[in-house]
Formats: sequence, C-alpha cells, structure tokens
Amino acid sequence: MKSDSGQHESTPRAARVKHDARGIAKTALFVVGASFLFGFAMVPIYRIACEHVLGIKLSGEAADAATVAMMKVDESRTIAVEFVASVNSKLPWAFSAEKARIEVHPGALTEVWFDATNESGAAIVGNAVPSVAPSEASPYFNKTECFCFTEQTLEAGESRRMPVRFVVDPQLPAGVKTLTLSYTFYANELATGRLGLVSGSANGVAKN
Amino acid sequence: MRRALAAPALIILGMLASTAASANPQPWQLNMTRGATETSAQVHDIHMIMFWICVVIGVVVFGVMFVAMFRFRKSRGAVAATWSHSTKLEAAWTIIPILILIGSAWPATALLLRMADTSDSEMTIKVTGYQWKWRYEYVDYFGKQPGINFVSSLETQSNRTRQLDSGLDPAAIKVDGVSTYLLDVDKPLVLPAGVKVRFVVTADDVIHAWWVPSLGWKQDAIPGIINSAWTQVDQPGVYRGQCAELCGRDHGFMPIVVKVLPKAEFEQWMTDQAPAPAVEATAITLAPTTAPQG
Amino acid sequence: MAHAAVHDTHHDAHDHKPEGFLHRWLFTTNHKDIGTLYLVFALTMFFVGGSMAMIIRAELFQPGLQLVQPEFFNEMTTIHALVMIFGAVMPAFVGLGNWMIPLQIGAPDMALPRMNNWSFWILPFAFTLLLSTLFMPGAGPQGGWTLYPPLSLQGGNSVAFVIFAIHMMGISSIMGAINIIATILNMRAPGMDLLKMPIFTWTWLITAFLLIAVMPVLAGAVTMLLTDKFFGTSFFNAAGGGDPVMFQHIFWFFGHPEVYIMILPAFGIVSEIIPTFARKPLFGYQAMIYAVASIAFLSFIVWAHHMFTVGMPLGGELYFMYATMLIAIPTGVKVFNWVTTMWEGSMTFETPMLFAIAFVILFTIGGFSGLMLAIVPADFQYHDTYFVVAHFHYVLVTGAIFAIMASVYYWLPKWCGNMYSERWGKIHFWMSVISVNVLFFPQHFLGLAGMPRRIPDYNVAFADFNMISSIGGFWFGASQLLFVGVIVHAVFFSKNRATTRVWEGARGLEWTVPSPAPHHTFSEPPVIDDSMLAHGDVTH
Repeated sequence: MKSDSGQHESTPRAARVKHDARGIAKTALFVVGASFLFGFAMVPIYRIACEHVLGIKLSGEAADAATVAMMKVDESRTIAVEFVASVNSKLPWAFSAEKARIEVHPGALTEVWFDATNESGAAIVGNAVPSVAPSEASPYFNKTECFCFTEQTLEAGESRRMPVRFVVDPQLPAGVKTLTLSYTFYANELATGRLGLVSGSANGVAKN
Repeated sequence: MRRALAAPALIILGMLASTAASANPQPWQLNMTRGATETSAQVHDIHMIMFWICVVIGVVVFGVMFVAMFRFRKSRGAVAATWSHSTKLEAAWTIIPILILIGSAWPATALLLRMADTSDSEMTIKVTGYQWKWRYEYVDYFGKQPGINFVSSLETQSNRTRQLDSGLDPAAIKVDGVSTYLLDVDKPLVLPAGVKVRFVVTADDVIHAWWVPSLGWKQDAIPGIINSAWTQVDQPGVYRGQCAELCGRDHGFMPIVVKVLPKAEFEQWMTDQAPAPAVEATAITLAPTTAPQG
Repeated sequence: MAHAAVHDTHHDAHDHKPEGFLHRWLFTTNHKDIGTLYLVFALTMFFVGGSMAMIIRAELFQPGLQLVQPEFFNEMTTIHALVMIFGAVMPAFVGLGNWMIPLQIGAPDMALPRMNNWSFWILPFAFTLLLSTLFMPGAGPQGGWTLYPPLSLQGGNSVAFVIFAIHMMGISSIMGAINIIATILNMRAPGMDLLKMPIFTWTWLITAFLLIAVMPVLAGAVTMLLTDKFFGTSFFNAAGGGDPVMFQHIFWFFGHPEVYIMILPAFGIVSEIIPTFARKPLFGYQAMIYAVASIAFLSFIVWAHHMFTVGMPLGGELYFMYATMLIAIPTGVKVFNWVTTMWEGSMTFETPMLFAIAFVILFTIGGFSGLMLAIVPADFQYHDTYFVVAHFHYVLVTGAIFAIMASVYYWLPKWCGNMYSERWGKIHFWMSVISVNVLFFPQHFLGLAGMPRRIPDYNVAFADFNMISSIGGFWFGASQLLFVGVIVHAVFFSKNRATTRVWEGARGLEWTVPSPAPHHTFSEPPVIDDSMLAHGDVTH
C-alpha cells in the first residue's frame, strides 16, 4: 500500500462505494428539488390551511348568492359591525365609510356605503384590500357586492360612492359580538401605468 | 464557572424584591412589570410561575452536576464506573417533565383564552403604524363615533437629542423626575379608565408592533391586515411603550404613550377634540333581494 | 489495525499532496484539507461577525447616538446575524464533519470529494458578495436577518446581492449535507453499524437531513422576495393581494429547523467530550440518538412560535405553544444523560471538558428562557425584546460556539499533532465563560424591563445594564484573540507532541490513527472492535 490511496484508488471497495454514493446523492438531490418546490407550494397550502383548517377567509370573492339566500334572519342576536377605511400613504385618495358602525341581525342583507375621492391631478387605479377582525369571524362575513372585487379607477378629482352588501352568517360563533371590516386602498401601479399608456396613445391619435 | 454564576444568581434572588409596578422602565429593573391591567398582572404571574419552575429544575440539575464534579474527580481518586443505562431513571425523567409541562400549559391556555376575547368592548381604537409614527383613530365610543384622528410621534426634545453627535444629554429629558428620553410623544393616545377598549391594529408601509408593557401584550401591525386586541386600564396614569418590530431606520424612535384619564375627564377631553358632532349608529337593513321563504 | 492504512505520519512531500500552496488548497479533494479550509473560514467569519457585534455594543454602550447612524446600526445587526449563522457556525460544523466523520466511521474520504471542494469554495464568493453590499450605493440589507417583507424590500439593488449570496450559501450547505449523508450511509467501515456510530456522526447525519429538507425552502422564500422586488409578483405584497405574514410562515418553516441545524452537532460534540473526560461510557447512547431524532422531527412542526404576535387565530397559537413545549422533553433527556454520564465517573477538567460543562449549564439556561418563551401569553411580553436576544445568544454562543471551541481543543492535537497549551486554553476558557455571562445575562433584565431588540438608542433607565453588557462584549471579543493565539501556538510552535490516543479516556476510531492524522487514512478498512467504539454500551 505504497501508492496513492483514498479516492484515487480503484479497489473494488472504492468503486462500489462511489457507485452507491451517486445513488444517494441523486435521491438527496430529489429531496432538495422537492423541498424547493414545497417552498412555493406553501403559498397555496397557506391559503388552504387558513381557509379550511383555521377558518380564516383570505379571498375577497363574492359570496355564493344561493348560500346567502338560504340564510335565515336571526332577530334574537345583534352584531355590531364596524367599518374602518384606510388609504395607503402612496395613494393620494381620500376614503371613508359613511357609517363607522352599524348594528345588524345575522342573516339580514345589509348595505353600507363608502366614499372615495381622487385628490390628485391624474387618473389612478386603486385596489381595496379587505380584512376582518377577529380573523376567526371572517368566514362568516359574506359579501354579495363589494368595490373590493374589482379595480377602481378614479379620474383626477373624481368622487365615487361605492356600496358593500353583506350578510353575517347566523352560524357566527356566539362569542363574537363585534366585527370589524377594514378596507385599505392601495395604488395599483401596474394598472395605472396601463391607463397612462392607453390615454397617451389616445392623445397621440387625436394629435395626428 | 461557579463564580460566574454566583453573581447572576444573587441578582435573580433580588428579583423577588422588585414587585413595585411602574409605568416607566426603572434603572436596574430586573423583572417584568406587573403592569396596569388585570391581564398584565396575570401575564406577570405566569411569567413568574415559569421562572420558578426553571429555577427549581436548574437547582436540581446543576446541583447534581456540581456534586458529581466534586465527588467524582480523578484527583480525588475516583474510579470510573462502567454502567451506562437505567430504564427507570430514563422513564422518570421523561414522565416528570411531561407532568410539569401539562401543569404549566393549563394556566397559560386559560390566560390566552381570556386575552383573545375582545367581545363586550365599549370602545374601539384603530392603531396604524407608519414609518416612524403612530396614527390613532377613535372609531367608536359607546356606540358613538368621536371622529378623533391624530398622529403621534416622538417629541421634539428627544428627537433633537437622539441625533448622532447632538451633544445633548439624554438624561436631561425628564417628566416628573423620571427619564422619558425616547419614550415620550407629542400627542399621546388618551383612554378612559375602567372601559374595555378594543384595538384594531394595522400598518401602512411595513410591519410594526404596538407594545405598551404595562398593558401586558404586543400586537404586530401588518399592512393590509387588521388584528384585534383589547385592554382595560382601571388606574389613571401615563403608560409608555415602543415599537417592537424592526421597521427601518427610526424603529427605535417611534414610542407609544397611553394616557389614561378618569372617565369624566376623558369625555371632557373628547368633546374638546371632536371637530364634528358624533353620529348615532343606525342599521340600514335592506329587504333581502331573494327573500327566503318563511 | 490502523497503521496498516497509514503510510506516512507527517505533512511532507512524500504524501502525494498536490504541489504548491495554491494548488494544494484550491483544488484539494482531501476531506482533511477541506475540513481545515472550512474551519479557518469559519474562524475568519467569526471575527468579521464579531467585529460587527463590537460596533453594536459600542453604540449601545450609553444612551444617545455616538458612533453610527441608525441605518448603519441596522446593517450591522442584519449582517452580524447572517455572517455568524451562515459564515461562522454552519461552516465550522461542516468543517468538523469533514474532518471527523470519515475518521470516526473508518472511511478513506468523503463520498463525493470533488463536490466537497465545490461546496467549500462557493462560500468565500458568497460572503464577498454579502459583505460587498456594505459598500454599495443605497447601502446593504437593513431589515434584519429574517428579511421580513415589506421592510426587506425597501433596500436598493443590494437586496438582489443579498439574495444571491443566500442562494450560494444554501447551495454550499446542501452540497455539504448531501456529501455527509452519502458518506455516512455508504462509506462506513465493515462492522460499523449505524447504531455503533459515534454520537457526533449521528447528530451530523440527522442535521444533514434537516439541511436538505429546509435550505431549499429558504431558497424558495428569498426567490419569492426577489421576484416581488424586481419582477412585479405579489407573493408578500398586500397591495397586490399578497400576504406579508405568509413570508414569516415560510421563513420560519426553514428557520426553526435551522436553529437545530446549529445545535444538533453541538450536542454530538458534547456527547463525545463528556464521556472522554469522565472516563465512563455515555449514559443512554440510544436514548441520545432518539432524543436528537425527535428534536429534529419536532423542529418541523413548531415554526410559528417565532411569530405569536402576528395575530394568529387562537387554535393556531395553542397548537404551536403545546408543540413547542414538547421540545423540552427530548432536550431534557439529553441534559439529564450528560449529567448522569458524569456521575460515578473519574473526571478531569481539561479545556475541552470545561467548555463542554459550560455548554451543558449555559445551554440549559438558554433552554429555560426558551421554555418561558413558549408560553404564549408571556411571549406577548417577551417577543422582540432583549429577553429574546439573551435567549438565542445563550443557545448559540454558549451553546453552539462553546461546543465548537470545545471540539477544537478536543481534536486539535489529532489535527496538528501537537498539544495546545493547557494553561492558555484554560485562561481562554475562564475569560470567555465569565465575560459571556457579563455580556448576555443582563440582557434578560433589559428585555423584561421593556427594551425592544434592534434599536440603536434607548431610554436612560436601560443604561446601566447596557453598559455592563457592552463591557462583557468587549471582554468576550478580546478573549477570542487568545483562542487564535492558542491555536497558532499549537499548530506552529508547540513542542509538545500529541500521542495517538491524545486523551486517556478517548474512544473511537479517530483515536487509532497517528497524531497528526496522516493525509490519507483508512485506505484499508479498519477492523472494528466493539470495545473501542463510540462511548458505550451499543446495545442500549
């Protein structure tokens, strides 16, 4: 055993060892790839876990009309619903709830109004992000109509009165007596940019 | 090592003495404040329970270890035994910790349930974190909308002093003889005593955390999300805290001050503030578009 | 048995090492050389990260800003953490694994030697990239090592550099981990059954599995940050329908196993050292392995205890509290087993043993504060305060780093063939252990009194303990120069030759090769004699 040794040596042992090592490395690389994908898979898993395990509704989609229609008004209970309106500091809008607080019976379809005004000198697209506190109550808060379902475009100086129609599910846990519904308006820079392009090209056409 | 541990151990024993609750952090303060609310006192109690559990376990385990290190030294002629297993011992020190853990999880669970219960609040405050200030909106007070809304940021004297090489002495900033350096604001959040206040907490730009130690909790303020928490302070006074989540350059410079007034004084304060008359809450219930039968 | 495998006993030209300094170290595929590279790199990074800690403690020496702007302070806390975690602790463990695992299992080298070279040489580039952001216009990362968006995305283009650096560190760790798994599963000498392996090898095997499972998740999380910042996606951007809290979930799904990646090999080291100097077999060898395995398993299901204050639903908070408390059980088993190993032993207190004993005591103190932090209502007070800073520095400095220092003193004679100066080793130990407590113990008080973490300036009431802590910090930092001195002396100047066995009570294959360990060992598989194995009764 004078000569080179270790990995340079091609004894049967070294050869066998090397071959198996490749296999293990391949399996390990497969695990690595799988966990990298799992990192991204956590995005949908997070949503599913929130909505189905922890009972937090994240999506701002409209409630199913048929489900809402099935709900019976529970006159025996009164829930205070508070509305909180915020505008992200990067968006030059004013935004407020016409009523800061109302009392509703679960199951009753209720309409409230919000006012938004574009205080800048240009058209801007905004998106409202909803959030409900306590978060456990969010699946019981059904909106049939909401300005948060779509992008809102306000021309320079334009004001808009926007409705939200909602039903509080009579199944709402008994402990919850106050609900807070929050909307935060954010500038949708991408859509605003597109707006500029559209009007820009329109202007161009007009000049020609 | 014994010496290294002796000093901290003595200090820990000194903790027993520090029971006086205070709204401000005290020089040489060793322990968590009992705070100003029932919740914060309970949080303090559970903290002390866990602390003493740890002390007892520590004394036993380190005690056995020091005895072993003293008795079984080679220099004292100790001869090594060869045993290396004991099912009884191993079972004992698996089961006993389980019992201790169950014992401590019980009160923790009860307290957590209490802290999470925001129902029956009589007042709602919306807290919004900005880089690097807080906005407070009085959303609701006994069904009325006070319409009060203001921004609270670090007061100017602290702000001047905290600049790099300002040459100003932080110790000079005092209120009633107690340092308020970096713990005072231009406009404090004013709350009534004895009222259950619900907070909805959110943020505008990055994540912040709203924390007043005397209230017994902190709540992260997260853009786009509102979280709720509550407190009920019975003792009027001034309670100070700070942003607790790294939020950029001036994270250390956005304090929180909560001024609790007796209810009557609070209502007076509210009338002085409110620009618009409060609106009575009413419900507008529409006839269901597709009326359920029956 | 071993001398058959050994054909030379000294680092000299007959050793078939590649010629020339650069050539040898740059292209080496030898596990011992690569282990040395890792260890030297880790020590260097320990001082780089340490000097940032010195800046932090200097600024916090008294109230008011005296030295640095808050932006720079935030860069220091951020990069200090990244450098210490990914540059010092992890490479040190990979270096120890590289050096010792083949020796402990009787393998001639690592299973994939060329990949081994790669996984090391990525690191210097990764850290050059990371540290270069300090000099970039718009400055380096200031959002904390946890990189929480939206704050972490407020930085300039340096965000991209930090993320690429993290990708490279991740690739390096993953390759290192794959190599260790392949080596342990595949290269064990005949007769070295899994349940006869030394504990250090065992803990590394489990750590390596954690690494390949979670490092890619971190890579995914930071990739999403990258696309959010530069390519207009909205994974974490509330304005675009994303959720900033989701990042925290993904991050800590990586982050909690990561903290065990930094402590499990330390458990292994301490489980090697205590039996050696107690001259008694390790108590409950198999229980120790099961404990490590259960800690590793639990690490995957407790992540959200780092974020109790984000506003999780009650059910989530309760679950994560209970699951976290469970970790105390296997961790307790380990501590009890170490103490019982000492009982009825015949103990001597050389430097490695001193560090190992300090580890057991101080890590347990860190464990106690960890148990307190698990209690959600109390965590609402502790979270993001100096109490947490004290907690994780107890488990990482007096835990992971003390174990690394213990292992260096323990194995250095095997690496370089010379004994270190026991006198100076002990001086280093006592300086370190006293100063580290002066440094971190008062931080518990600061946190309980209400001082948030990551702030450059504070109220006057916090001044006294901050000053004490800073003094401890400078003292601890200076004491580490002794560590370098002891190592340099032992490697280059010590005349005191080490024997093959080095320590009277040492057991295991690494102590059957000569000191220093020759460049190539175990070219012929050793004959396994159970009495020489690990530390103990392999049947339990």
